[in-house]
Amino acid sequence: MLARIGMERIVIIGAGQAGCQAVASLRAAGFAGAITLVGDEPFQPYQRPPLSKAYLMGAMERERLFLKPDAFYAEARCEMATGIAATAIDRAARTVALADGRKLVYDKLLLATGSRVRKIKVPGADLPGIFYLRGIADVDALRPALAAAKHLAVVGGGYIGLEVAAVARKLGHRVTVIETLDRVMARAVSKPMSDFYERVHREAGVEFAMNTAVEGFEGRGKLEAVRAGGVSVAADVALIGIGVIPNCELAQAAGLACNDGIQVDKHCATADAAIFAAGDCTRHHGRAGDLIRLESVQNAIDQAKHAALAMAGQPAPYSEVPWFWSDQYDLKLQIAGLAKPGDTLVQRGDPATRKFAVFHLREGRIAAVEAVNAAPEYLMGRKLIADAAAVAPERLADISIPMKSIV
Amino acid sequence: MPKIKYIEHNGKEHEVDVAVGLSVMEGAVKNLIPGIDADCGGACACATCHVYVQAPWLEKLPPKSDMEETMLDFAQELEPNSRLSCQIKVTPELDGLVVKTPKSQH
Repeated sequence: MLARIGMERIVIIGAGQAGCQAVASLRAAGFAGAITLVGDEPFQPYQRPPLSKAYLMGAMERERLFLKPDAFYAEARCEMATGIAATAIDRAARTVALADGRKLVYDKLLLATGSRVRKIKVPGADLPGIFYLRGIADVDALRPALAAAKHLAVVGGGYIGLEVAAVARKLGHRVTVIETLDRVMARAVSKPMSDFYERVHREAGVEFAMNTAVEGFEGRGKLEAVRAGGVSVAADVALIGIGVIPNCELAQAAGLACNDGIQVDKHCATADAAIFAAGDCTRHHGRAGDLIRLESVQNAIDQAKHAALAMAGQPAPYSEVPWFWSDQYDLKLQIAGLAKPGDTLVQRGDPATRKFAVFHLREGRIAAVEAVNAAPEYLMGRKLIADAAAVAPERLADISIPMKSIV
Repeated sequence: MPKIKYIEHNGKEHEVDVAVGLSVMEGAVKNLIPGIDADCGGACACATCHVYVQAPWLEKLPPKSDMEETMLDFAQELEPNSRLSCQIKVTPELDGLVVKTPKSQH
């Protein structure tokens, strides 16, 4: 510990968006010790957002998914341990055990373990023809199956399900989305936005079974139908997109506090002064003070930056406004902030123009904005959320007033 | 392969080969050129790949989409030659392109 700061060893578990950012930010902060990046997938860190869009479509080769070139890791003197799972953390000995039998000694440890798909637990769920979408391997398996498919069933009308539905329609497949709730993307957007997206997908030829739970999958040796709402929907391929589960098991087994996410403070630190966590796997205090868990590129990048600063001895609290995006057809949905039930909704612009926004107001201030093909609404909204600026709802609703002069 | 010159805010120049079909942003990331964050990976969703296109190249680029135009409008230190580098696709005609990166993307 003493004056051997240059000899410090940092181990990062999780070679995704957060793990990659942490390597860059640790070196940018002047950390001169050893860094090892451990990841269970056999790939260097890559972008996940294109997986359900351009990469599935076949419009983007794998090489372009990688977040950094090989030279980055060499220059950052980052030892890569990809394709190897971490199996245990020994906090007393400060070691991480790997599946290949190695033990890595750390002075500081970053958990960037991400999340994994939630599996559907109904009869027939293991039939060939049923797919999930989280990693490169998932899409490499789904793409050829989709190419040969006649009818795709999408289970879950969230971001992943709808993005895949849009790709499948572009490829000319028949698509049925099965959703247990009464509207799509219910967890992520307001009702007017859900209604808009359902309409767009219907116009594109997607069929919907709303308020419908999947009871099982049917087929002799491979998927032939999805049993949902008491009827059988013919389908030779199914994509399940019913959410993710944070990967907290390593932390939990090591005795760290977890509650649907590894609990961290504003510096991404756990209760163990040597262990930090960043990205999808964390539960942290949001700007409104409540405990939240975010599944996003923004949170992975920003928490990794703050964790890196704290590990490098330059702590700065994390308080960035969350932001998200989704590409479906010709629509770019951009979201900033976090909505809550009870927010007052203000719509700006006409959904029929395929260019509009919904603002969530709380105590006279913008808490969140959902913008479709509407960058000024999104960017100005994001700034006003950060500034906690008071805003008049009638001005927000008036499209004759430019966003730049809205306050 | 087309050559693209990236000039950092401090004047440091990097001339690199960028494959046709990649974006000017990807060319920077692949070649470890500092000054372009590209948090969203090229989805025109974050405006952290802002560059200044140097003469005489601005006129030779395809025009901005509405989305790029409006995203840029909120960028720090916007100039008439500002573009989002994730939206510029490298073509053989862009051999010799010169762009400058801003002081900060945030």
